[in-house]
Amino acid sequence: MELVTTVLQLALTTATPIALGAYAGLFSERSGVVNIAIEGMMLMAAMMASFVSAYTNSLFLGVVAGLLTGALMAGLHAVVSIKYKTDQIISGTVINFLAAGVTGHLYQAYLVPPRWPGSAGTFPAMPIPVLSDIPIIGPILFDHQPIVYIMVILTFVIHYVLWYTPWGLRMRAVGEHPRAADTLGINVYFTRYANVMIGGLLAGLAGIWLTLEWVGSFNINMTNGRGFIALAALIFGRWTPFGAFGAALLFGLANAAQIRTQTMFPQVPAEFLQMLPYLLTILVATLRRPIPPAAVGQPYEKA
Amino acid sequence: MSEPTPPTRTTARRILSRVGKGLQIPILAIFTSLILAGIAIVLTAQTPAIGWQKVLDGYWGIVDGALLRGSGRTNTLVAMTPLILTGLAVALPFRAGLFNIGAEGQFVMGALVGTLTGIYLNLPPVILTVVVLLAGFVGGAFWGFIPGFLRARLKAHEVINTIMLNFIAIAFTNFMVRGPFKDPNPSTVQTLPILPAAELPRLFGSRLHVGFFIAILLAAAAYYFLFKTTWGFSLRTTGLNPTAAQYAGILPWKQYIISMVLGGGLAGVAGIIEVQGITHVLTEGFASGYGFDAIAVSLLAVNNPLAIIPAAFVFGVLRIGGDFLQIRAGLSVHIVSIFNALILLFVAAPAIVRSVFRLKSKEEEQTQASLSRGWGG
Repeated sequence: MELVTTVLQLALTTATPIALGAYAGLFSERSGVVNIAIEGMMLMAAMMASFVSAYTNSLFLGVVAGLLTGALMAGLHAVVSIKYKTDQIISGTVINFLAAGVTGHLYQAYLVPPRWPGSAGTFPAMPIPVLSDIPIIGPILFDHQPIVYIMVILTFVIHYVLWYTPWGLRMRAVGEHPRAADTLGINVYFTRYANVMIGGLLAGLAGIWLTLEWVGSFNINMTNGRGFIALAALIFGRWTPFGAFGAALLFGLANAAQIRTQTMFPQVPAEFLQMLPYLLTILVATLRRPIPPAAVGQPYEKA
Repeated sequence: MSEPTPPTRTTARRILSRVGKGLQIPILAIFTSLILAGIAIVLTAQTPAIGWQKVLDGYWGIVDGALLRGSGRTNTLVAMTPLILTGLAVALPFRAGLFNIGAEGQFVMGALVGTLTGIYLNLPPVILTVVVLLAGFVGGAFWGFIPGFLRARLKAHEVINTIMLNFIAIAFTNFMVRGPFKDPNPSTVQTLPILPAAELPRLFGSRLHVGFFIAILLAAAAYYFLFKTTWGFSLRTTGLNPTAAQYAGILPWKQYIISMVLGGGLAGVAGIIEVQGITHVLTEGFASGYGFDAIAVSLLAVNNPLAIIPAAFVFGVLRIGGDFLQIRAGLSVHIVSIFNALILLFVAAPAIVRSVFRLKSKEEEQTQASLSRGWGG
């Protein structure tokens, strides 16, 4: 029982960046912009969050920097793919490569001794009073660090925004049939820019989770494909927040099982366990026929 | 570049002017990237003065290290070899409308299958060399077939699958190298060397090996295949418009599989040539990013197999010169990744370059496949 509890708790924790990344993709793709740059946005935000929090010794400023970085990277993706009408898959690839290069360079310039001032630490666990004392459910759901709670709350908020607000309706209209939306007076370009950048904030939060909640410092390429796994979760969840959340939990579970197995059965080669999330991603991306927003990937040209 | 158009022009001049126009964007893209990366270096240096000095030392280091020294020139040719082949591995699927980000994994799998063949299969010289090369092709082709098949028959998007297969290939190879096929000598983490009969001969007593010429030949063959054969025509038609292709009796799904198998195979050949010509063993972390540079190589060459040769030269220079960034100016090799990303950006979005340099935009005919047609729904 003890084992089940810890695995499930770990599953929700490691599902957090996947879910947040998937929500980042949701805002972007629901408004019609393919986003394979989640990985790069996460990586860059993780680096900047670690960098700023270490140099100012303030986790709060680290969070602000991470969010802004995510939004800025998303802004670049938006400009290149909306204004310059570049193929969105290539634009995303550019962002990913740029993030790998820039974070690598800055890491060596500022985040290793002698310049490295030392980590500002991570967010403390915040068990929710009373609820966290419930047996089994308590530790699984109510004994976490802050970004995990934020992720769960965001799932409901995004569900509401997407299906029950004018903003969500505009976003979906622009992603399904931009011409019709334009005719009705919706500003297609504004809607796309705004939603891609909201997505950037969320990818930024996923990056912040990596450095300020999970590891405590930055490492080269520490995202390790989480941005792409998030994309698979989004596709498997058919571009809905609850669907994506469920898929993210599946990945979290695989991840948690992997971490546990590694300590319990050291004789299983670590490399095979490392492959699990990637194999699962292929399965997940393959097994379910995707139903993407109709206009995703097509640049909009005003008539 | 923009010479006045005389009323009568010879074909040769017309071709020259076309090539000149084609070079405009790539050259400006490289130029702009050098400037932007220079600014990044200055901004992250201790003081601007030190920064400018680093830029000068570093850039001169690239030119000197990769082009002026004899050993540098050879190393540049050696680095071009896998870049040409992995560049082709991106270009062929791209022409069919697929984005192969998996050249890295296909490179490793080709190297793995080829290396094991080269260690354990005892055949006479030459024959073994060829068999090992083919084994490399098969390894890469298999790794390209998986996402090609999944895309063709199950509509699973190749971008996600090729990236995932990169991670899997690298983990799998690391396992093989550390585990069952590790050289028993405890101080190294690598396989046994391939048999001498499987090695590619080196030339002029330098590191340059026959693989370089194999790569050039394969680039020419890929050009012939794409532009002079029916298969190539079907492949390109699918990339430009799969629906129209289908009406013309071409089966797009077949083209997807063919392009990924050929592309993966070429990346696999790149991997095994690197073993046969240079390392003779397979090590941990063998791939070292050729498969990712390949994307920039292919796009810089607008996915034209012959243009991939000069494009691979550019990235070969950056790769070899990149080491001199560190030696001469104390800059991290990551600067080279920033270059690559920026070049890719400006080549992919020529509109940016045109607006920066106020070039007239020409009406662009669609000669390239479009990739982001949604998620295959």
